[in-house]
Amino acid sequence: MTETPVLTKTDLTNPDLSHFVEKLDDGRARLNLAVEGMTCAACMFEIEGGLGTLPNVTQARANLTAGRVAVEWRDDAVDPAAVVGRLAALGYKAYPYDARRMESEEQQEAKFLLRCLGVAAFAAMNVMLLSVSVWSGNATDITPEQRDFFHWLSALIALPAVAYAGQPFFRSAMRAVLAGRLNMDVPITLGVLLALGLSVFETLNHAEHAYFDSAVMLLAFLLAGRWLDQNMRRRTRAVAANLAALKAETAVKFVGDGEISEVPVAAIRPGDLVLVRPGERIAVDGEVEEGRSEIDQSLVTGETAHVTAERGTLVYAGTLNVVGTLRVRVGAVERGTLLDEVTRLLDRAVEARSHYVRLAERAARLYAPVVHLTALLTLAGWVLAGAGWHQAVVIAIAVLIITCPCALGLAIPAVQVVASGALFRGGVLLASGDAIERLAAVDTVIFDKTGTLTLPEPELVNGDAVNPAVLALAGRLALTSRHPLAAAVARAAGATSPLSGATEEPGQGVLAVVDGEELRLGRPSWCGAEAAAARLAAADPEASVIAFRHGSATAVFAVRQRLRADATAVIAGLRARGLSVEILSGDREAAVSHVARQLGVATARAGATPADKIAHVEALRAAGRTVLMVGDGINDAPALAAADVSLSPVSAAHLTQSASDAVFLGDRLQPVATALDVTRRARRIMTENLWLAVVYNAIAVPVAIAGYATPLVAAVAMSGSSMLVILNALRARAPGRDPPGASGPDGIDIVRAAPRPI
Amino acid sequence: MEVLVYLVPLALLLGLTGLAAFLWSLKSGQYDDLDGAAWRAILDDDKLPPAPPRKP
Repeated sequence: MTETPVLTKTDLTNPDLSHFVEKLDDGRARLNLAVEGMTCAACMFEIEGGLGTLPNVTQARANLTAGRVAVEWRDDAVDPAAVVGRLAALGYKAYPYDARRMESEEQQEAKFLLRCLGVAAFAAMNVMLLSVSVWSGNATDITPEQRDFFHWLSALIALPAVAYAGQPFFRSAMRAVLAGRLNMDVPITLGVLLALGLSVFETLNHAEHAYFDSAVMLLAFLLAGRWLDQNMRRRTRAVAANLAALKAETAVKFVGDGEISEVPVAAIRPGDLVLVRPGERIAVDGEVEEGRSEIDQSLVTGETAHVTAERGTLVYAGTLNVVGTLRVRVGAVERGTLLDEVTRLLDRAVEARSHYVRLAERAARLYAPVVHLTALLTLAGWVLAGAGWHQAVVIAIAVLIITCPCALGLAIPAVQVVASGALFRGGVLLASGDAIERLAAVDTVIFDKTGTLTLPEPELVNGDAVNPAVLALAGRLALTSRHPLAAAVARAAGATSPLSGATEEPGQGVLAVVDGEELRLGRPSWCGAEAAAARLAAADPEASVIAFRHGSATAVFAVRQRLRADATAVIAGLRARGLSVEILSGDREAAVSHVARQLGVATARAGATPADKIAHVEALRAAGRTVLMVGDGINDAPALAAADVSLSPVSAAHLTQSASDAVFLGDRLQPVATALDVTRRARRIMTENLWLAVVYNAIAVPVAIAGYATPLVAAVAMSGSSMLVILNALRARAPGRDPPGASGPDGIDIVRAAPRPI
Repeated sequence: MEVLVYLVPLALLLGLTGLAAFLWSLKSGQYDDLDGAAWRAILDDDKLPPAPPRKP
């Protein structure tokens, strides 16, 4: 088979991105892009300016916070690829992003919460203005008519404001009650409604006290907490979605007779024929129809040795095509394949994942009945003590208002917001809010090896043993090849300019002629360096070997998966924290035990299938351990879902990332330790906050039961306790007692760096 | 105390104006990109990219 010069991605100037174009009602079209490298204001203006001058583009608006650009144009007059091309010319990599799905719903919810907060804050300030006048008037010379006027005015503001701004709580409480549960929103809703009802009744009776201010202030505080919480989750999710878009794969599809077009994977249908070139990740599952190559399945199985693919071989999305060009017929995956097995296990694990009861929920389950019972007992007590019904009801409601879980409602969200901010800075993106609590409880950490403890890309290990001039030349030649081993050599050499006139010898390597001398980079046998290669392979059985020949001189390079730079320190740190650390890998025994020895990990299992992994995790959990699984391979996904909590590196496969609770960024393992430290601290502060709320109630409730809870007392107690809880939550921000060298995370710049001055 | 008859409505009106302004700013997307907005304010007008035409 003669190989035509390999097409590179840039040769395909016309990828079909129409799948991502959103049609607006008035004939305009919009394309949403996640932009890599838009880190400062100057970039933002450059991008907007550059896109704005494209013909027919009506608007280009960059969002610096989210790292996105929205481009709009008229009447199908712009090819979306041209927009991406213009951005590439400006030096920014842009990836189309499908914004139509759930994200816009979240955006709506955030705006609704903010509107509610605005209304509640407005009402709270104005009602408080009136209330302060009444309180000071009560102490001096206010007339009953003036007081009634102020109370009616308060009612006029508070009633509509609560009807609008209370909706998030009313809805959630209604859902909980209908489902036969109690959540924190039930006592909130009851407290607010009773406070308003009582206040209207008291106003009608020209009474001295009304609780309009308590009701609206409570709502304003709680809405602030809820919005902060939602905002933080939305922000981490936006970054995660950007990362997903940056990784969004494309495939080269045959559209006609021998004609190819680059399309997003989302637009590929079963039965399509796709072209997979050497060095590319296969984006689809299917069967090889033509061609012969070697496949690196490490991301799928953890196995680092390559597998031969030829006509009839099934290949999986996420695997890497190493040497030859393949034509793959996209198929619905047949039963009995690895991926089918993984999907089946994953479904089962997700179903079986014991429903974790969140701290806030547990507190609410205890708290709500106690509060309601106390109010009821107060009512009965006062009636029995001979007070009138009216007085008894007023006091019982005052108990409900004062116990209304303002501090309790803020205690956990406030810490979650601060802690997820700290995690974000530490390079950890949370996918679920309660992951913080679950991470804090971990006592066993299981690591996958390939891609998790080791870096996802192989690296040159004997660069120092090779003459720098030779390495530089080999690096330039390596740049012309897409083979992963060659790529490792090119990276190690820091090569930037490929040698011209290089040709690829299929299955052997690359060849170029410089100054009349032949250069070869490829198989040791092809370069005549078998003896040296054998020596190198004997010294390090895990390394892959690639040889270089310059005239008659040869050099041999050993390339292998390298441990993350700080892996040893982080593992030692985890053990020092009293955690039990294990390795659970699908790779060969020799490779796994080598890494385990290097890291000082005593418990390591090799050759584990996805089912073995899940069984091991379940056995540990049955033994009472709380398990954190850290993994990146598709074969890890079921175990990630089965563990109590899971983390995966950002380089992990899509399926794997969606099964894990958090994703960590960068080339270091430190975020795993940071995640555990921050969450443990956060968990401690959450517990403290809950106790603060309990202490507050222990002081305030007797006052209320005794009948001394005037609106003024309620206002002071409520805002005082909320402030205390929020201030305490801020402590989750301070860096914990991190081990030395654990400062700033590397690699976080790949998402977005802090804005720099222009 | 008759002064209350116009002072109280005035206070309410001012508060409502603030609320209306907040809701308008929210609706017009001014909180969508807080980082970017901070920089847009200091950009020289003559260096602005051609202003996008207003939506019809």
